[in-house]
Amino acid sequence: MSNSDTPLAGLDEFEADFSSSTLFRFATAGSVDDGKSTLVGRLLHDSKAILADTLDAVARTSADRGFGGEGAEGVQKIDLALLTDGLRAEREQGITIDVAYRYFATDRRSFILADCPGHVQYTKNTVTGASTADAVVVLIDARKGVLEQTRRHMSVLRLLRVPHVVVAVNKIDLVGFSEDIFTTIAADVQRVGAELGLDDVLVVPVSALEGDNVVDRSTNTPWYTGPSLLDVLETLPSTDDLERGLEPFRFPVQLVVRPQGALAPELAAAADGGAAFRDYRAYAGQVASGSVSVGDAITVQPSGRTTTVVGIDFAGVELQKAVAPQSVSLRLADEIDIARGDLIAASGTFAEATQDLYAELCWLSPKPLREGSKVLIKHGSRTVQGLIRAVTGKLDLDTFREEPASGLDLNDIGSAQIRLASPLPVENYAGHRRTGAFLVIDPQDGNTLAAGLVKDHPGDHEDERYVI
Amino acid sequence: MSTHTENLKVEHAVTPDARLNSLDLLESEAIHIIREVVAEFERPALLFSGGKDSVVMLHLATKAFWPGKVPFPVLHVDTGHNFPEVIDFRDRTVERLGLKLVVGSVQEFIDSGELAERADGTRNPLQTVPLLDAIAKNKFDAVFGGGRRDEDKARAKERILSLRDEFGQWDPRNQRPELWNLYNGRHTVGQHVRAFPISNWTELDVWRYIAREGIELPGLYYAHDREVYARDGMWRAVGPVSEPRADEQVITKTVRYRTVGDMSCTGAVASDAATVHDVVREVAASTLTERGATRADDRISEAAMEDRKKDGYF
Repeated sequence: MSNSDTPLAGLDEFEADFSSSTLFRFATAGSVDDGKSTLVGRLLHDSKAILADTLDAVARTSADRGFGGEGAEGVQKIDLALLTDGLRAEREQGITIDVAYRYFATDRRSFILADCPGHVQYTKNTVTGASTADAVVVLIDARKGVLEQTRRHMSVLRLLRVPHVVVAVNKIDLVGFSEDIFTTIAADVQRVGAELGLDDVLVVPVSALEGDNVVDRSTNTPWYTGPSLLDVLETLPSTDDLERGLEPFRFPVQLVVRPQGALAPELAAAADGGAAFRDYRAYAGQVASGSVSVGDAITVQPSGRTTTVVGIDFAGVELQKAVAPQSVSLRLADEIDIARGDLIAASGTFAEATQDLYAELCWLSPKPLREGSKVLIKHGSRTVQGLIRAVTGKLDLDTFREEPASGLDLNDIGSAQIRLASPLPVENYAGHRRTGAFLVIDPQDGNTLAAGLVKDHPGDHEDERYVI
Repeated sequence: MSTHTENLKVEHAVTPDARLNSLDLLESEAIHIIREVVAEFERPALLFSGGKDSVVMLHLATKAFWPGKVPFPVLHVDTGHNFPEVIDFRDRTVERLGLKLVVGSVQEFIDSGELAERADGTRNPLQTVPLLDAIAKNKFDAVFGGGRRDEDKARAKERILSLRDEFGQWDPRNQRPELWNLYNGRHTVGQHVRAFPISNWTELDVWRYIAREGIELPGLYYAHDREVYARDGMWRAVGPVSEPRADEQVITKTVRYRTVGDMSCTGAVASDAATVHDVVREVAASTLTERGATRADDRISEAAMEDRKKDGYF
């Protein structure tokens, strides 16, 4: 058990490659009928994320169920959809109940895939999967084209401001790899996208079952000159890049770090007995957007007090700069009153916190929303009480118009006006995905009732509210 | 056993203008979750077995609260069949970090007659009762675990904050949606939450992180010579609770463990990976899943983990 090599000095190529690999989160939306499970299985299988023992088990089950018979080399063909089978109830009923998370990696990226079932509670699952996604892949059956459900999925993705929407036109083999059919569907997709304000929708013809254009470009579709689905996923910019580059600095305070007597043992055992940290005080959190550097002027919300960043600490390492989504601790020039729930923002980039919230709500609970209900609102690291003053409309996902409503039921999306017990430093979700999002929580049983997306106050204009 | 890592220096990729790589992002997410749980719960605890995932969890916790000490106790459910070197590692780690250790003992429950030994001799499924007992007695309202979603198909569907009822049960059909990075830890009296901050890590991520951070692990994760015999397609160590049968031939082999659980159900793999970088390469090239290769308890049925989780398992 010698350890003669000096591990990090001797980083081999393999490790060096890895240290530059980034994380990309995407979700899939579609139903079993669209071949979504097969597509996910295909991505996992062809990217070698499925290991031999899992594959053996799936091959045995495929054989037991008489799937596809033996392939060319006398090897049992496997039902790729079985790779994504989860819970016992799902296998028994042949349906997918809940969002499942899967992992695979290529040389360029590590992927986190939120596999969202389509049929059952599709809004709930799509909203959940899309909330953290850099991209969502919507599946369409080439034989059926753009359906009501496609439209609905795309509406939800537009609402959640998912950075990239990719449409996979699946089962292209079943329409004879027809260019005409693909072109018609792609045009329909672009039309719906334009209606909804989704630009940058990429459309890829695939056969999940046969593997065409999933990982490698297929010779069966010579008329298609675009990238394969995996190529698309490997090259789209991730949200982290976007948030780091474009947005102003936002930092919800999670904890005040003041160790005093409770120093880490190795620091307490130092020569000075930990004296260097006796008066240590910093604010721990995760950079929600943008970046911060030592010397930057910051303003604390909701108090409005202003000071300067004098130090950025990460577990004993002093940084000059931190970017989203790093978890760090900030030291400030002045001892001002800051507690969990406050938001630290770059000075001059924030108007003021508000007690009146106008928002879109994706209602995710079987318990309906009624005007006059008391709820809890969790925003950033702060939870406050809220009163539903009015439900101002319900979104018709087919027309994308708001219809009058006085309440919301499970899977409805609508607008509401909420009065808060104390002010929250909210921003418009359309421009600020992190600081514009909140949860609606049931104060009785603690369950999550809705996903909330902050809208502008009626009559407000984005450029008037945010001084940048 | 620190020889594996003593030459490692912590190298942070988090320098100005550097791109954050996938380990930086996973680490940042885990620290955010750990801090949220500590902020929102009264009495959290961390499940600590000395296994690699729980060691990584503890390392993340020390980073999350630096320069303070980890502000919660650690909890170990001791099956009584653990590898002695792992228990030794556990005790040294707890001592080094100045933590309080709470132990739930499967043996005590067997001795008092509250639990009965299973016919197959494995004690992993027996951990649920002492675990829930320790949670109730210590009034823990949040319990951190090192569970990862890539381990098992039931875990693939579990939330990062997973609500458990008075009986510790997980209800997969009735989970709260988990949106953005807003974690809802609300619970009522009697309920508690299991928190899995490294849900999104894979086995390879864990090993790469161990290598990058220079984290010390029990020595049996690295290749060593051991007396073993073959059973159920795994190499089982010869020991007081894992005696070979008359027809099972004992040989000395160079092996290492990919998971470290109860001696009665954890198998070793033949391996020459003696350093952390050897292990990273081995895991990257492996064709078997971690549990499939080494855990008899997950071979009982297709839904073994799902069934145990519903009953209150980790």
